[in-house]
This record gives sequence, structure tokens and C-alpha cells, in this order.
Amino acid sequence: MIVSEAAADNLSEVNKETDIPAVEVSDLTVAYHDKPVLWDIDLTVPNGVLMAIVGPNGAGKTTLIKAILGLIRPVAGQVLIYGRPCGEQRRLIAYVPQRGSVDWDFPTTVLDLVMMGTYGSLGWFRRPGKAERERALRALEKVEMAAFAHRQISQLSGGQQQRVFLARALVQDAQVYFMDEPFQGVDATTERAIIELLRELRSHGRTVLVVHHDLQTVIEYFDWVMLLNVRRIASGPVSEVFTEANLRAAYGARLALIRNGGFTSRSTFQ
Amino acid sequence: MSLLDLEVQAILVVTASACALPGVFLVLRRLALMSDAISHSILFGIVLAFFITRDLSSPLLIGGAALAGIVTVLLVEGLHRTRLVKEDAAIGLVFPVLFCIGVLLISGFLRGVHLDENCVLLGKPEFAPFNRLVIGGEATASAEHADHGHVMPTRGGIDLGPKSLWVMGIILIINLTFILLFYKELKLATFDASLAAALGFAPWLLHYGLMVLVSITAVGAFETVGSILVVALMIVPPATAYLLTDRLAWMIGFSALLAALCGVLGYWLAHPRMLDTCISGSMATVAGAMFSLVLLFAPQRGVLAVLRRRQQQRWDFAQLMLAIHLFNHEKTADAERENRIDHLQEHLNWDPRFARRVVRRAERRGLIRLEEEGMLRLTTPGRAAAEQALQLQ
Repeated sequence: MIVSEAAADNLSEVNKETDIPAVEVSDLTVAYHDKPVLWDIDLTVPNGVLMAIVGPNGAGKTTLIKAILGLIRPVAGQVLIYGRPCGEQRRLIAYVPQRGSVDWDFPTTVLDLVMMGTYGSLGWFRRPGKAERERALRALEKVEMAAFAHRQISQLSGGQQQRVFLARALVQDAQVYFMDEPFQGVDATTERAIIELLRELRSHGRTVLVVHHDLQTVIEYFDWVMLLNVRRIASGPVSEVFTEANLRAAYGARLALIRNGGFTSRSTFQ
Repeated sequence: MSLLDLEVQAILVVTASACALPGVFLVLRRLALMSDAISHSILFGIVLAFFITRDLSSPLLIGGAALAGIVTVLLVEGLHRTRLVKEDAAIGLVFPVLFCIGVLLISGFLRGVHLDENCVLLGKPEFAPFNRLVIGGEATASAEHADHGHVMPTRGGIDLGPKSLWVMGIILIINLTFILLFYKELKLATFDASLAAALGFAPWLLHYGLMVLVSITAVGAFETVGSILVVALMIVPPATAYLLTDRLAWMIGFSALLAALCGVLGYWLAHPRMLDTCISGSMATVAGAMFSLVLLFAPQRGVLAVLRRRQQQRWDFAQLMLAIHLFNHEKTADAERENRIDHLQEHLNWDPRFARRVVRRAERRGLIRLEEEGMLRLTTPGRAAAEQALQLQ
């Protein structure tokens, strides 16, 4: 089970206020010097959806997640996680950065890396103990990586790295998950396994936001989507907003319509 | 071994391990050169603090040094953030300027003061025991007594031992405490700073905390061993330990031990009975030699281990190729012709000597049998290996 007893209680408390959206972003503008990366973003993500954030390269997808998490200081705007500023809701948030953002030669084991997900609930000074170890091992079983628990992390393949990152997010036992390109460079089996786990999270009432690259799988994988290109083009249920008109607005001339009914962006073939 | 020998070694061991501890995180954070920058620019801070206190033994000097360390880090990061300068170039731009202002201030305004530029670079650990911590009374010992090979008694008061042993001992304890207290936080912030920030651990606070430690360690250590050795001790033992283990805790322990070993070996190599040379230089040389040995012979990551592993992979692959070749032909009409030891050259492009060695190894592993007239036959495990490689199972 991903959901522990304590967290389930926690969760039902949150769910009592079901009207409160998981994420609420208003007028968010982020700029590097005078170059705008995100222009006046408004976004409401209801509780319990599996949402894709799509947009061309340089659209500001990663920046949006980092700004929501408070890792980047916005020029303007406000972010609320379940009705409160992010700083007060850290225990409800799990974050999976891009796989390439860390040094995989770091001297540590797979189990140790997954245990890092428990650090947030431990707070300063307290060391992870037996309970945290157990949680980490269970999360590793969940992603079918238990056999690798004591391996050094540099021995993992790309897909395995991504599974381990996912396990680290699972032990955080959060209410809302932010994942930056979890499918990048992973094999088809891993992609399946990851999407199954994300669906399971959703079925437990968790909210999952995924920066996603592959337009062809949006309809199959997600129930909510945001199209982004510096500004918000559209967001809402996939069936309503994942339209050709919106895709054209986000991708412009780079969008190629392919015959089998899906859409793809040329950038994914580069 | 005289008391002086013992005291100098104790100072070196304590200094070396104190440097190696924060060095582990510098190396893992790719900030190794920051130790170079900080250990030089602290001179600027020391001189400024000296202008205020006019006292070389004032603890304010350490405060000034720590401040100069932080200023260095801020300047480097500021320059880097303009995106006009790369980080390594920014380091190279900042510290020579601060260091040289320090040197100019010393030679221009502090001529009568004992702050020797040469000593700043290389230090004089052999004289460190003559500066003693004495309670009540007055220390009379001075460097002139070095030749006697023993420490002069002090007039009145209680001799508590060499001052630098105390200073570095305290710094070692501070470093150890910091790492033990914040082990988990340092590990997370070093491996994945953005997750650390998302979880509410202020990675920037740890970063500057670490830089303050590097600064006070450098200022404490450079007095005895000089700034060049500070750099060597902060980088070489951790870089060596990195090759020996894949656990952070072990890396920290190994670094401290290796650094201590450099202290002892370096001391005896430089001893009048051996090379009779500069201790700092010999310690850095020992450290370099230690790293080279580990680079070559480390059990997992060493150059030789990697070569041996590649060689083993080459043999394994060749045996598998052989098994697959035999497998593909064993039930065909041309099996009698193809599956012979003297045909491997023509079919697999192997030279005859290599082919014979592969066959011998595969036979020893029980993958194949060599029969009369050089016929090669797959055994059951050999066939299984081929099928598995071809994903037929």
C-alpha cells in the first residue's frame, strides 16, 4: 500500500474540504532579468486529478513547477496549495525533479536515496530509523526495485533511476505530487509501470501534476491537462481542452497532425 | 621519538583531519576550487581584522577570516550569476585580488609585524609547538630552541601544550559536530538541492554554514601548514576516499583517516633523519602519492580494476559469441564444417591463438566440449546461455 494509515486520516481531513483546489495559481509571472518565462499564469487544479502540463521546449513547464514549489521567486503572483501558501504545506507536497538534475555518482545506495523522501517528515536533526527504512523498502517493492536496495546508485539504468525517484516521492506520502518529466528516457515497461502507479495515487484521492512531452499519450494517460507556452493557453479536463485549436495556439507551426488521430509535436522527434 | 616529534605529529594529524571533513562536501559539490579561493582570500580578512585589533592572537582574526571567506563565495556567485563569467573563471578572478590586497597591506603598512608571506603559503609546522598555551606566567620558548629537539619549559604558569593543537582541536570538534548534527541535511542538500528546498531544508543556509567552516578551518590551518597544504588536505583525502567507497559516511571516515595518515607519513618523510625537508611539501607529496596509488589499485573504481573488468567482459562476450555461433549451426547441414576450432578464424574473424584461448575458457566453464578432430559441441548450460542471450527462452 502506498497510503499509510496515518496519512489516510490526514487525507480524509483534507478531503472534508473537498472544494479547496489542490493547487491554485493566480497572476504568476516569472522572469529571468527582463526575459519573461511565465506571463500572468492563472491555474486551478482540482483535488484528485492526474494532470499533464504540456507545451513546447522553453514554454516554462519546469519553471512553473519550481515557482509553485517556491524554488524560484516569482516577480508577481500567488500560489496556494490546498488553500495555504506553499511554505505551510510542505508536508502535503512531493516533488520529483528531472532525473538529470542530480549527480548519480554520489556515494549512496538506492535505499538511502529513497529514504531521503522521509526527511521532510523527520524535520531537522532527527535521523531516519527502522520505520523510515521499512517505508523506503515498501516503496521500492512498489516500483519493483527492491532487489536493488543495496546497490550503489551509479549502477542504475535510466529507467531504474526514474523508478527510484518515484519511490522516493511515494515515501513522502504526500497529497499532491509534482513530477518533472518522469517518462524521459525510460523504456516502455517502465513507462507503463509509472503510469499505473500514478493512476493508483489518483484512485487514493491524490493529485498528480506531470510535466509531459509526448502529446500522443496525453489522452490515454491523463484526465486533466494544461497547455502552456509562456502564458496559459488552456487548462481543464482533457476531453474539453485538448483540442486542435488549443494545441495550435500552444505549439504554433511546429504542430504536425498525424493521421492516426493523435497529435504530436515535431520537437519530440528532434 | 621526542616530545617535540609527538607534538608536531599531533598538530599535523588534527589539522589534516579538520581540513578533510568539510573537504568531503566541497568535493561532492564540485566546489573543490572554492577551498583554494577561500584559503587565500582569508588573508585579506585577517589583515583587516588585524588593523582593528592590532593583536595577532585575537580571536577576531578568525571572525575576519570567516567573513572574507563568505565575501569570496558571494563575489564568485555574484559574478557567475551575471552570466558574463563562468564559475571557475569567477573563482580565479576573485581570490587572487583579495589575496594580493592582503599581501600589499602587509608589506605596505605592517612591515614590523610578523606575518610572513612565505609562511602564509607554506607554513612552518615544525615551529608550531613553540607557541604554547600557558595559563598564568609567561611562555619563554621560541623558535630558536627548535634545534634542541625539545620544548623549553615555561617560566611559571601551567603549560597546556602547543597553542595550534588547541586551536585546530577545537576547529576539528566544530567541524565534526556540524557534520554529525546536519549529516542528513547535508547529504540531501548536496545530492539534490531542489528537493531539499522543496522539503523546507534551507540548502543555502547549509551552503553558507559549510563555507564558514571552510574559512575558519583554513585560517586555523594556514597558520601551521600554510594555504597550499590547506588546499591539498581539503581536496586530496576526500577525492581519494571517493574512490574507495560508495557510502557517504565511509567516505567521510576514510577522508579523515587518510588525512591523518598524510600527517604522520609526511612528518617522517620530511624529518631530518629522512629527507630533511619542508613538512608541508612532504605532506602534500604523500597525499598525492596516496591518491595515485588508490587511483590505480582501488578495488572497484581503480584504473586496474576497471581494466580487469573490461578484459573479463571481453572474454565473456567472446565465449557467448562462440556459444551462439555453435548454437546457430549445430543442427544444420554445415555443422561438421562450421563448428570446428580451426574454422573460427574464418567465421568469427578470430586469430587462431585467440580462438584457442576462448575455446579453453569456454570449456573450463562447461559451455562447450572439444571433441576429436577439433569438433566443438555445446553442452546443456552452453545451449542455455546462447538461448538466453538470443532471448529464445
